[in-house]
Amino acid sequence: MTDTNIERHRERGTAFYLFTQQRLPACKPVLTPAWVVEIVERYDIECVPEAFRIDKVSYIQDDSIPKNCSRSLKVHKYMKAPIYIYYELDNYYQNHRRYVKSRSDQQLLHGWDYHGTSSCQPVEFNNDQPIVPCGLIAWSLFNDTFRFIRERAELKVNRKNIAWKSDRDHKFGKNVHPFNFQNGTLIGGGKLNPSIPLSDQEDLIVWMRTSALPSFRKLYGRIEEDLDADDDVVVHLMNNYNTYSFGGKKKLVLSTSSWLGGKNDFLGLACVFVGASSLIFAMVFMLLHLKYRRPFGDTSYLPWNRKSLSG
Amino acid sequence: MEMARLRKRRIHFGKLCSFPCCRPTSTDEHAQTGQKGFSRVVYCNEPDSPEQLRLKYRRNYVSTAKYTVANFIPKSLFEQFRRVANIYFLVVACVSFTSLAPYSAPSILVPLIVVIGGTMAKEGVEDWKRRQQDIEANNRKVEFYDRNSCSFRETKWKNLCVGDLVKVHTDEYFPADLLLISSSYEDGICYVETSNLDGESNLKLKHALEMTSSLHDEKSLKDFRAVIRCEDPNEHLFSFIGTMYYDFQQYPLSPKQILLRGSKLKNTHYIYGAVIFTGHETKVMQNAIDPPSKRTKIERRMDKIIYVLFSTLILVSFIGSLFFGIETKKDFSGGNYRRWYLRPDSTTVFFDPRRASVAAFLHFLTGLMLYGYLIPISLYVSIEICKVLQSIFINQDQDMYDKETDRPAHARTSNLNEELGQVHIILSDKTGTLTCNSMEFVKCSIAGTAYGRGMTEVEISLARKRGERLTELMPIDTGESKKYVKGFNFRDERIMNGQWVNEPHSDFIQKFFRVLATCHTVVPVGTDYEAESPDEAAFVIAAREVGFQFFERDQTSIKLHELDLRSGITVDRVYKLLHVLEFSSARRRMSVIVRNPENQLLLLVKGADSVIFQRLSEQGRVFEAQTKEHIEKYSEAGLRTLAIAYRELGEDEYTRWEQEFMVAKTSLSADQDDLVDKLADWIERDLILLGATAVEDKLQKGVPECIDKLARARIGIWVLTGDKRGTAINIGYACGLLRHEMKQIVIDLELPEIEALERHGDKEAIARASVDSVKGQIRKGKKQIDEAKKLVNGEAPEFGLIIDGKSLTFALDKDLVNCFMELAMRCATVICCRSSPKQKAIVTRLVKSKAGKTTLAIGDGANDVSMLQEADIGVGISGVEGMQAVMASDFAIAQFRFLERLLLVHGHWCYRRIAMMVKLFLSSL
Repeated sequence: MTDTNIERHRERGTAFYLFTQQRLPACKPVLTPAWVVEIVERYDIECVPEAFRIDKVSYIQDDSIPKNCSRSLKVHKYMKAPIYIYYELDNYYQNHRRYVKSRSDQQLLHGWDYHGTSSCQPVEFNNDQPIVPCGLIAWSLFNDTFRFIRERAELKVNRKNIAWKSDRDHKFGKNVHPFNFQNGTLIGGGKLNPSIPLSDQEDLIVWMRTSALPSFRKLYGRIEEDLDADDDVVVHLMNNYNTYSFGGKKKLVLSTSSWLGGKNDFLGLACVFVGASSLIFAMVFMLLHLKYRRPFGDTSYLPWNRKSLSG
Repeated sequence: MEMARLRKRRIHFGKLCSFPCCRPTSTDEHAQTGQKGFSRVVYCNEPDSPEQLRLKYRRNYVSTAKYTVANFIPKSLFEQFRRVANIYFLVVACVSFTSLAPYSAPSILVPLIVVIGGTMAKEGVEDWKRRQQDIEANNRKVEFYDRNSCSFRETKWKNLCVGDLVKVHTDEYFPADLLLISSSYEDGICYVETSNLDGESNLKLKHALEMTSSLHDEKSLKDFRAVIRCEDPNEHLFSFIGTMYYDFQQYPLSPKQILLRGSKLKNTHYIYGAVIFTGHETKVMQNAIDPPSKRTKIERRMDKIIYVLFSTLILVSFIGSLFFGIETKKDFSGGNYRRWYLRPDSTTVFFDPRRASVAAFLHFLTGLMLYGYLIPISLYVSIEICKVLQSIFINQDQDMYDKETDRPAHARTSNLNEELGQVHIILSDKTGTLTCNSMEFVKCSIAGTAYGRGMTEVEISLARKRGERLTELMPIDTGESKKYVKGFNFRDERIMNGQWVNEPHSDFIQKFFRVLATCHTVVPVGTDYEAESPDEAAFVIAAREVGFQFFERDQTSIKLHELDLRSGITVDRVYKLLHVLEFSSARRRMSVIVRNPENQLLLLVKGADSVIFQRLSEQGRVFEAQTKEHIEKYSEAGLRTLAIAYRELGEDEYTRWEQEFMVAKTSLSADQDDLVDKLADWIERDLILLGATAVEDKLQKGVPECIDKLARARIGIWVLTGDKRGTAINIGYACGLLRHEMKQIVIDLELPEIEALERHGDKEAIARASVDSVKGQIRKGKKQIDEAKKLVNGEAPEFGLIIDGKSLTFALDKDLVNCFMELAMRCATVICCRSSPKQKAIVTRLVKSKAGKTTLAIGDGANDVSMLQEADIGVGISGVEGMQAVMASDFAIAQFRFLERLLLVHGHWCYRRIAMMVKLFLSSL
């Protein structure tokens, strides 16, 4: 190869050459939307037997009546694993000031040794011993359970890693056991296995991240198998949790997720709303401008000029 | 004599008769001593006597500081909590300790403490500075009489007691209000400078009672005992009522024997005085009022915003608590607990569904705290810091530093910075502000001949405007000025160096300069003169330069060095001074009655031309026409003119007049002043006109340029001056306030029909006619503007309004004021001539309130103080006329021309920056 050849070769590599020759490398992403597939199933009414529908509260408060219930779901669309299982509560004020404060972060981390639990009132002591974990939030732990069966085979539900890692590692103690939880006269929500430390009680950890809005979803677990379209899934659930007294709905949600996360209508709605109102305002101002037109650099509306005009 | 100052006549007439009015008399006023309001008893020279000690008068310690160490914390805290926002934060901080609070106490306490602590620290530093000044004043030295050693010993001011005898030397301030006992002069007189009290830079004469004025010996003072019963401490500077009991005799005391703290001894070696009022009981301290606190538009707007935020906060909390109450009430209904997870069965009062309304109310309080972030607490602090920095910028501005007086600009209050950028109208004093207040004798007209060559700056600028070429016209001071004499800029070879002798009317010239040399109240100090107004000094200097040197004055005579025409040598001539009829703004003339060495009785007069021309005798009008013409020309050139006249008095006529005059002088009745005026008026007639003088009032540096720029920024400038119309208009032209393309609207009352009425003297008719005339003139002016507007679309010509003081009093009357302000607001320039200090303040207040615009007053003298305090911003010129205006001002600058930078640069930036900051804070809510 001669020198000129080498030079030409080098020249060919330059961006300018590639541009003049229209040989710039290019890529054109073809965006295929990864739709989030969602199944929402409201079960709070259907799971109360017909006979008890008039007084649902006494039904749910009566421990002697079995609470099991089964619902069947139809999968409309192929759902790729992992499929997230959420329970959704409605009209439930986890953000209530009294509720939010009623916990003791120190106790959750350090356990029974920690005595400054006054914030936990009124669920603070049981037989003069501090309840672990204390407070209204823990006391009202959600306790409906779900099992999923597809074509007679149970779908495996992974209930690990549903809480934040930082919560598990730093907020909830590894040596704190809920030995006297829900032992009192008035039992609120779910119970905990006293042999498992709080850092592994992931349902509790999830529940104790209180939600900011009265309608919220919390993660229950993950199904790690794909669901095909037209699959029939039967859900066996224990309808234990009392939302009837305050008229809250309970829903079961199965959802896939995309790189943006799960489905969240709020953000989209907010964007649409802000965008639309900006557009309207823009139009209004444009009309105002057209109606009351003012040439560029016009000083007649400056306050000192305006006075003299009117005067 | 045209003076911008208002003369307090009462004190001036003190000078007229140094001897006659101190006889022991008993009048109604003096009978009051010892009664209510007149309870003070002073035992002179025995401050340690049990009687004196029993009265428990305080010592001469003075404190102007707002706080003491003990009361600083509570008092300044109280000051802080006068701000609504601070009270809110305090309440919130208190409540944050209860369980109502949605957050912990420190999160609200810390910012509150920082905010209040910072502002308190600033207050503390300012007060500490004041305290330093007090300490300095309290520790000044004064000599007091020590009865043990029979001599004067030094002590500190603060140690003086009521009844002490003190000795004050020349150029020293009086440590307290003193009764003059005797002075270094035989007859017990002394001269006092009171510019700190009333802003008049002239000297005032005080004299001791005859019976005490002989006490010159320190030994003889030992046995001096007297008891003074007098009025209680009060704030009236020019009145004093008291009685002295001395040698079993009663003597009435008057303000003429009282030396006030704050004034200064002048031209007198020393005086002896007895302390009457000490410390805070002195008249000057009784007069001290706290300067009005001024707030800027932005601050006021911000207050409104804060109130809006407050209401928003309350509204939000209310709505929140309403729904909270409803929800909480529902929690317990029909024996069921609705939201069981909140345990409504076992709850505190804050969430109790059975007492939902209480819970809702408590929630409301919590809400007030919770949403408290709506109230921007840090905004106040940030603004304070910002303003302090801005004042530093102003203080350090190199372009506002005056080399000659070594004075930088000084922002005395930092909280008006941004208001500088909002100024609509500048109200300016003339003398000392636009002009230098240095008068130069430039021209004169004697016996119908005009003397004085050269042109003034005003003439030059006028000529230039008329488009004349200035080839042969030389400005005065660049010419052959061999040696410059202050106050004298007169060049004419016909008069100077004794050449006047060869002029046709040399006898008139001689008389003319004799009047200048004798008819005045000037006091010679070495080779220089102390005068109450600079133009008076200019006259005496002019007479000296021509060859009539006034060199000595005492109570009864005036001595001149003068050239004797026959022998050609300089001789001393002694004029026996019989009476001085003072200048006043109402009389607009001054005269003296003297007996010359030839034993002739002469009345020598100088005064405003209009006044003098009215009083001429038939044979005295020979040169009236020419002189009038010259005066016209001089005032066109921006010069201040006075007419000079004299009259020979007959012996009989004089004796008769004097008798009546003395009775009037000593009558001590309410209409004494009127009586004296009437008598003075009676003798000042049938005058013979000698000529007229013209004195130049020099413009300050850079005034026309500055005014031009301010006018281009559409800032209206009002000149409030005591000058007469012609002079004011000419100064207006000289500094560019009036331009030739402007149309003038003149409102005055020098109309023939009103003058005719005045001659009749029917006051009511005059007033009625004046109101009608002013009303008509205002209407006419308005119509003129309207027509001009109609004729020229868009670029209407600008108008200048000129109104004189007399018309102003009528125009500021309730019925006319709106009409007048409307007219004034439409004019680019307003000149109020012949206005008094009180009118200045009234005009300022009216502009502020009626027009609702930001006003800036600028002035330099004590007569401007009320105007400065009245305006939104007061700017003091820290020039020669004492510090009174500066002390009352918000900003002090050394030269008028710095106003341009202060307003257009600093004001602009300060406003912009503060506005941006407030906007940023409020938008980040």
